[in-house]
Amino acid sequence: MRCTGTIFQREISAYFLSPVAYVVIAVFMIFSGYFFSVMLGITQETTLRYSLAYTQFILSILTPVITMRLFAEENKTGTIEPLMTAPVTDFVVVFGKFLAAWALYNVMIVPTAFYIIFLAWVGNPDYGAIIASYIGLVLMGGLFISIGLLVSAVTKNQIVAAVIGIVALLILLVIGLASAGNEGWFYSSVRYIGTYDHWETFTKGVVDTRDVIYYVSFTALLLFVVVRIVESRRWR
Amino acid sequence: MIKVEHLAKRYAEAYAVNDISFEVKEGEILGLLGPNGAGKTTTMRILTCYMPATSGTATVAGFDVFKNSVDVRKNIGYLPENVPLYPEMRVKEYLSFRAKLKRVPHRERKTKIADAVDRCRIVDVQNQIIGTLSKGYRQRVGLADALVHDPKILILDEPTIGLDPNQIRQVRQLIKELGEKHTILLSTHILPEVEMLCGRVIIINKGKIVAMDTPANLESQLKADNHIALEVRGNGEKIKNALSGIKGVRRVTWRDKGEIANFAVESEKGTDVREEIFSSVVKNNGIIREMTLAPITLEEVFHQITTQEQEVTA
Ligand SMILES: Nc1ncnc2c1ncn2[C@@H]1O[C@H](COP(=O)(O)OP(=O)(O)OP(=O)(O)O)[C@@H](O)[C@H]1O
Ligand SMILES: [Mg+2]
Repeated sequence: MRCTGTIFQREISAYFLSPVAYVVIAVFMIFSGYFFSVMLGITQETTLRYSLAYTQFILSILTPVITMRLFAEENKTGTIEPLMTAPVTDFVVVFGKFLAAWALYNVMIVPTAFYIIFLAWVGNPDYGAIIASYIGLVLMGGLFISIGLLVSAVTKNQIVAAVIGIVALLILLVIGLASAGNEGWFYSSVRYIGTYDHWETFTKGVVDTRDVIYYVSFTALLLFVVVRIVESRRWR
Repeated sequence: MIKVEHLAKRYAEAYAVNDISFEVKEGEILGLLGPNGAGKTTTMRILTCYMPATSGTATVAGFDVFKNSVDVRKNIGYLPENVPLYPEMRVKEYLSFRAKLKRVPHRERKTKIADAVDRCRIVDVQNQIIGTLSKGYRQRVGLADALVHDPKILILDEPTIGLDPNQIRQVRQLIKELGEKHTILLSTHILPEVEMLCGRVIIINKGKIVAMDTPANLESQLKADNHIALEVRGNGEKIKNALSGIKGVRRVTWRDKGEIANFAVESEKGTDVREEIFSSVVKNNGIIREMTLAPITLEEVFHQITTQEQEVTA
């Protein structure tokens, strides 16, 4: 486990030594700022709820860009070989990379705190709802990153990893939206699998354990699968 | 230290390594010699737990590569072919990252890294970004990584490939020094390297071991069989029969080129039949235009063994 920190450290410094981190953060700031100002103009409500609804869409596109390099790059350049022949377990490698990407994701959403300051300045926002939204954002990030990590682990090509990751996340988003309003076990289970409903609850200011469990267990399951994939190269 | 038994690795189409067994003793430098595609890298990847064998077993430092992968990896330093490194890192940063991964205790890390940097002669570039290093320096950084945790066993895949002659000499010298403290398995297709460095050589071709001995033995096995090349003007058929009759001659092959014939005479170990050849050619009215002693070098052993094999399988 001690090596998790070592992997984490290297991945973080790799992020900030390449332009990817800065580009992703800049793009996120531009779009989230745009949605914030537009939604504020339309609704005249001092809340992040409406702009955050759109934020999930941007995050579905940007998170795979964060995760695309994690394994694909190492698979391509061959650095996976010294990495996997060092005395670290596959879990440690996967978890270290996961944490690094998650940390970058969280750094990316930090500047949105500016909008809260702005809201506090112009009115009286509901801080409980804002805190709940951020808990949701962070948990959703974990899930998105584990999906991106999985895609990255099965390819050598970063672009392919990003595209498949984006498609997968958009599908997860869309299936929830598309089945909204429909009744029956089928639609409700599709909605349960989709990310949108869970995320919406948080933006309303409700931290429901069911949603927390959804994100945490889905993330854990995916990480388990990634560890298996990485491990599978050692299987007979 | 390394024990390989009936190891085989099958890729989709064919076996890259097919039923090889060998052993590397403690403190030994063993050379794995073979042409491109022989299966050297595949063997090393199995021993370093990068990929599993299809069948067979291998133990490294007493641990099974399949069952105790992490323990095996703790005991080896591996220089992969083509030396993959993270281009954005600085040399020292990279070595520190690797030392941490390989669980070098915090208080020893500084000295171990400094020692590796020193031994691989990369002091000048230790603060340089890896992406800007020349091939030779990358190779040395890879080597420094392999030995930074002072492992019992070093597995080096073509350690001198892509280096200039001076660097080759330096790296060989370094490997020689390392051989005093470590058990080393190295692969190469350069023969003089094996002759210089290795206590024992395994020649592999198409995934199979075709020879295993000390470099000196491999050479002398055939070197003592004097091979004499002869160019003669005269009746080739007659002279050939005469030569075959000389005591000690094992085999005569010849090629007729009209008036002139070329012979290759192979005689038994430790015998020198050059004078008998001379008189017998003269007796048969031949004129010797050239006679040379062709002792077989490791190079030829390698060539013979690997091409023979190809003829058989072709
Ligand atoms: N991933 C792979 N998939 C399919 N075949 C492979 C794979 N890796 C290696 N091979 C094949 O296995 C055989 C042995 O390859 P290997 O890399 O072990 O040879 P080598 O002795 O290291 O050769 P070289 O001197 O060129 O490095 C080759 O025929 C190669 O094409
Ligand atoms: Mg090779």
